[in-house]
Amino acid sequence: MSTTQRFSWEESLLPPAMALAIAMVVGDLLILAFGASPGHIFGMLLEGTWGNAYGIGQTLYKATTLTCTGLAVAIPLRAGLFNIGAESQLAAGGFATALAMLALPAGVPWPLAALIGVVAAALGGGLVGAIPGALRAKFGASEVIVTIMLNFVVLAFLNWVVAAKIHVPESLHTPEIASGMVPRFADFSATFRGSAANLSIVLVLGLAAAAWWYLFRTTAGYELRAVGLQPAAAENGGVRLGRTWFRALTLGGALAGIGGVNYVLGYKHYYEEGFGTGSGYLGIAVALVGRNHPAGVVLAALLFATLSQGGLAVNAVVPKQLMEVLQAVVILAVAICVPEVRRVLRNSAKAVA
Amino acid sequence: MSALDILAQVLRIAVPYLFAAAGGVLSERAGIIALTLEGYLIAGAFGAAVATYYTNSPWLGLGAAVLLGTLVALLHAIATIRFKADQVVSAVALNLLMGGAGAFFLRLMFDSSANSPRIPALGDGLGSGLAATFGQPLVWMAFLALPGVGWLLGRTTFGLRARASGEYPQAATSLGVSVPRVRLTAVLLSGAITALGGAYLAFDQHKFTDGMSAGRGFIALAAVIFGRWEAPRAFVACLLFAAAETMQIRLQGSPLLPSQFVEMIPYVLTIVALAGFVGKSAAPSALGKVDA
Repeated sequence: MSTTQRFSWEESLLPPAMALAIAMVVGDLLILAFGASPGHIFGMLLEGTWGNAYGIGQTLYKATTLTCTGLAVAIPLRAGLFNIGAESQLAAGGFATALAMLALPAGVPWPLAALIGVVAAALGGGLVGAIPGALRAKFGASEVIVTIMLNFVVLAFLNWVVAAKIHVPESLHTPEIASGMVPRFADFSATFRGSAANLSIVLVLGLAAAAWWYLFRTTAGYELRAVGLQPAAAENGGVRLGRTWFRALTLGGALAGIGGVNYVLGYKHYYEEGFGTGSGYLGIAVALVGRNHPAGVVLAALLFATLSQGGLAVNAVVPKQLMEVLQAVVILAVAICVPEVRRVLRNSAKAVA
Repeated sequence: MSALDILAQVLRIAVPYLFAAAGGVLSERAGIIALTLEGYLIAGAFGAAVATYYTNSPWLGLGAAVLLGTLVALLHAIATIRFKADQVVSAVALNLLMGGAGAFFLRLMFDSSANSPRIPALGDGLGSGLAATFGQPLVWMAFLALPGVGWLLGRTTFGLRARASGEYPQAATSLGVSVPRVRLTAVLLSGAITALGGAYLAFDQHKFTDGMSAGRGFIALAAVIFGRWEAPRAFVACLLFAAAETMQIRLQGSPLLPSQFVEMIPYVLTIVALAGFVGKSAAPSALGKVDA
């Protein structure tokens, strides 16, 4: 028992650590190619992210969205399904929450309005997640392809609704909402002035905890993981595969959708075309590096948020796209290291035995 | 605007789709997911623009496009075949990598974050009519790409082995076929062919632009799936999607039908096809499976 425990820890932590080391080397080389000093650039990166209140606020804001999209990928992945649709689920959630707030009569107290906004976001994202879930459960349609294709369909549809029906002239966004705004950090402390960080982060940390509870402490979560590990065995044990798949993708979509709250209720107070571009795809990276564990997802979201925000901090010297390259290197390296580490550990275990 | 001009426009729009779909059919029939088509297109466009700029020879640019596309495909192959990394994850990473690397090297080489300097192109000065369109080498190559892949898969020993690797890898192995080697070849060829589509994009605009692939790799993948992984059907799907895009461009601003709805056509058709509403749609049975 103790040895399997030890192995699972090594299996979880070694790949991300190795991936970070590889990314550091690649990053150094690219920075040198640009004629800059790696030490100087990484210093700038840390200073611009964790070195001052504004940087911390921006990084936490980005990590909040990425935690949502990361969970949106991680939970279906625990059931053996790839959700590549977080991109449009996030947009649908943001749109739904803006729409709900615009429809709300004036004078609703903010906690109640915000709650309605969160539920609307979950419904919007959940609806987009339910489509691949239903198609997978009913027809066996590949959720990978359906979620990718649905990204384009949903984003085009939202663009049309906003452009044709409710946008503010000369802009790509809806009118500003009047209720349900989530307080920003800057409302409590002036040092955070200008940063987007807001109390949505508390909600999202709560969601991560709830996701952990669901996955590891409830029957439904147990069934979900069983389906991911051994679908045939789970089915023999009485778990209904189709229903579990549907539930996992719908839940994932709802979690991604709630990410829209961070932008709409917490930051800009309107829905804007393309507000979360890239966050959905980065959610795949977050889930992967976080090893599909809610706590890991939170940590990985902090890492990827640091790289994204850090890109802006160093952009004056090296292009911010350097960070996209490094994010890609981290993903690729983890994807390569996970099976490799597992193989090496299994082989050494056999050699000892 | 005559009907022939519209036809020429459809054919030109179809070029990157035809190349990428050819690459997609080849890779997926051998069992390796082709979500990387977008990355191959970027590689091809970037390679073509940079090499043409420095050598002033579009043909050398074409060679560089193929080389760079093959290189990105090699990364996908090493990750998924040698290290058995998840194919979807590897593809997502490579697309992100190519998106970032394109912009990074634009600034490194040309000190611009948006586009490369203007380059001469293959088929320059031919005009945009139907005959002139087919005067461009990359256009008729594009129309040969899917038939070529169809011939390769259906009529050659390599094709038989590739299809076996995508359907019954264990059976192929037991007959002495090296599945990893066959898949490696298929993936490298897929990258090379798709990169030609990227090169066409660069030549068409006489430069490399950040984000110029604009999701075309995914539309091509949609064509592959809508075409049930068969070359002739994928060919028709590419032309269909290109026609829809032409319609979208021409309808822009018209009150008749919002362009966003025309934009959705390829994706909606693919989802409908996957749900099995238009006949049986079956992916190669070992597609995307690790440890085959």
